Amino acid sequence: MTRFRFRLRESTALILPPYFFLAIFFILPVLIILVLSFSHNRDWSQGVTLKNYLLIFDPLYLKVLWRSVVFAVIATLGSLLIGLPMAYYISFSDPKRKVLLTLLVLVPFWTNFLVRIFAWFTILGRQGLINSGLLWLGVIQEPLHLLHSSGAVVLGLIYGELPFMILPIIAAMDRMDVSLLEAATNLGASRFKVFQKIVLPLASPGIIAGAIFVFIPALGSFVVPDILGGSDSFMIGNTIKNQFMTVRDWSFGSSLSVVLMIMVLLGVSAYLRQGKDQALTFGDYL
Amino acid sequence: MSSLLELRGLTKLFGDYPAVKDLDLTINKGEFFCLLGPSGCGKTTTLRMIAGFDNPDFGQIILNGSDLVSVPAHKRNINTVFQSYALFPHLNIFDNIAFGLRMHGKPEDEISDRVHAMLKTVALEGFENRFPGRLSGGQQQRVTLARALVNKPEILLLDEPLAALDEKLRLQMQVELANLQREIGITFIFITHNQEEALTMADRIAVMEAGQIEQIGIPDDIYLRPTNRFVANFIGQMNFIDLDRIEETSEGLLLHSLKDLSFLTALAQPDEAVEDLVFGIRPEQVKLSREAPTAEEIGFKAVISNEVYYGDSSIFVVHLEQGQVLSIMHQNYLPTGINKDSYQEGEQVYVCWNKGAGSLLPK
Repeated sequence: MTRFRFRLRESTALILPPYFFLAIFFILPVLIILVLSFSHNRDWSQGVTLKNYLLIFDPLYLKVLWRSVVFAVIATLGSLLIGLPMAYYISFSDPKRKVLLTLLVLVPFWTNFLVRIFAWFTILGRQGLINSGLLWLGVIQEPLHLLHSSGAVVLGLIYGELPFMILPIIAAMDRMDVSLLEAATNLGASRFKVFQKIVLPLASPGIIAGAIFVFIPALGSFVVPDILGGSDSFMIGNTIKNQFMTVRDWSFGSSLSVVLMIMVLLGVSAYLRQGKDQALTFGDYL
Repeated sequence: MSSLLELRGLTKLFGDYPAVKDLDLTINKGEFFCLLGPSGCGKTTTLRMIAGFDNPDFGQIILNGSDLVSVPAHKRNINTVFQSYALFPHLNIFDNIAFGLRMHGKPEDEISDRVHAMLKTVALEGFENRFPGRLSGGQQQRVTLARALVNKPEILLLDEPLAALDEKLRLQMQVELANLQREIGITFIFITHNQEEALTMADRIAVMEAGQIEQIGIPDDIYLRPTNRFVANFIGQMNFIDLDRIEETSEGLLLHSLKDLSFLTALAQPDEAVEDLVFGIRPEQVKLSREAPTAEEIGFKAVISNEVYYGDSSIFVVHLEQGQVLSIMHQNYLPTGINKDSYQEGEQVYVCWNKGAGSLLPK
């Protein structure tokens, strides 16, 4: 495998500004959180402690952590299930329609995320679209309890993160040579077989990227469960936010953040390692 | 020979523009058939309709007596060799070649036998586990061929398969392809814009232009007896002399050109009374000479204005006194050694051809 090798002097000068940026706005805050997580809520006179980490093993917090992982996994699978066919359809539309559809995927970003999540009230609420529709049809006699539930949170997560699944898959499918699909058809593959044997494996770099883009923000999400969730659908993001903003135990909030970061790192690296064979195949052979 | 594939009134419109216009064509079983034409002539569209990638707007595609038009592409027993190879990058060579057999649900041991036999045919034994990206252009070309042929299709379509290869490899593959086709006996429909490829490989050639067939015939016919100016010009080179009128005399036809050139020809008057006729003669049918023409020859005084040197031969561009420009091929090397008859630019010469040479073509 050959890689470009910049000459050291020139490359250092070019790379310095982004390094500087990363050091100040990314590495420094992470270090501050790491340091804080070992303190007695910023009171350094009491020395360092591991109590903030031990506290996480309280069943109350373990349950929230586990719930966050489950929600994030379901949200990732859900957006894959919806996003994959959408990306397939968009990628193979004629150029004009493709531009329009891609634009439509991006349209939600023009509105504030908070507003868009609140908009779900008009759909899921007691007098929302779904309940009034079902009542009118006579399917139900009493409005269903849709808001402030785990289902509403997962729905909100899928809704919010869906574009991040669709866009990288479109990008991967766009790189695909159409004649590959024709070749497969020509060799006797039905539309479904073409999708299964050719499109899916060749789109997998995009699927892997999309899954990571969805899983990470979903795992740490706090806006969606805050607005759409109930008391039994709080996620780790809510707990962290509460520790900083309400309880004002910054050290415990920090230790939770560190654990969340480690979970994301472990999860993503395990996933990448699993997909490494494929990633290498495409990097090397395309 | 029995007919295998028949195209009847095949038409494909792109908007209002007909890419293929009312095309009739019969292809025989076991034939190496070549569709030859410039880019945009409709040959690729024709091939795509036979493969089922495009649907015709009108007409029929009859294979073994039944119409294919309503049969979806993946159910046609026709395979294609793509110009871009279109090998599956995520599958190794074995799986690439086995793809079609697997789609048809063949048992794995049969697949293994047939793929290995095919790898032997295309001289790629031992490449089973390699990936397409790691093969050279010529090797990829052979894998594509193997991937299509292993299914024993009734027809193999080849879409400019040699266009991406360098000159040497292309010549080699031309010979290999022609031999392979004779060996396995599968009907080949080969698409190309390269007249040399068509002439060297094909049993029959159809020359296409603007969605229609201009001439169908064996390579000899196409080269030596073109039926119109387009074919004559597309296959090889040809000098054209625009004619004003034709006079019948006791010694044969007397041609009068627009540029006041008059000469006799032993050619027959074309059957139909075609209004605009043109006299065509190939550069290799004309010779340069320092001596006046003999009785069997037509000759004109001319001045050499350019020599285009090709090594084995040169093309001389000459201006006749009457203003007509002709290209003349001159062999620089003969079996006996260097051709001592050599000419310089600016020299006064005679250009001569036999009375029986050339052809009278409709414009």
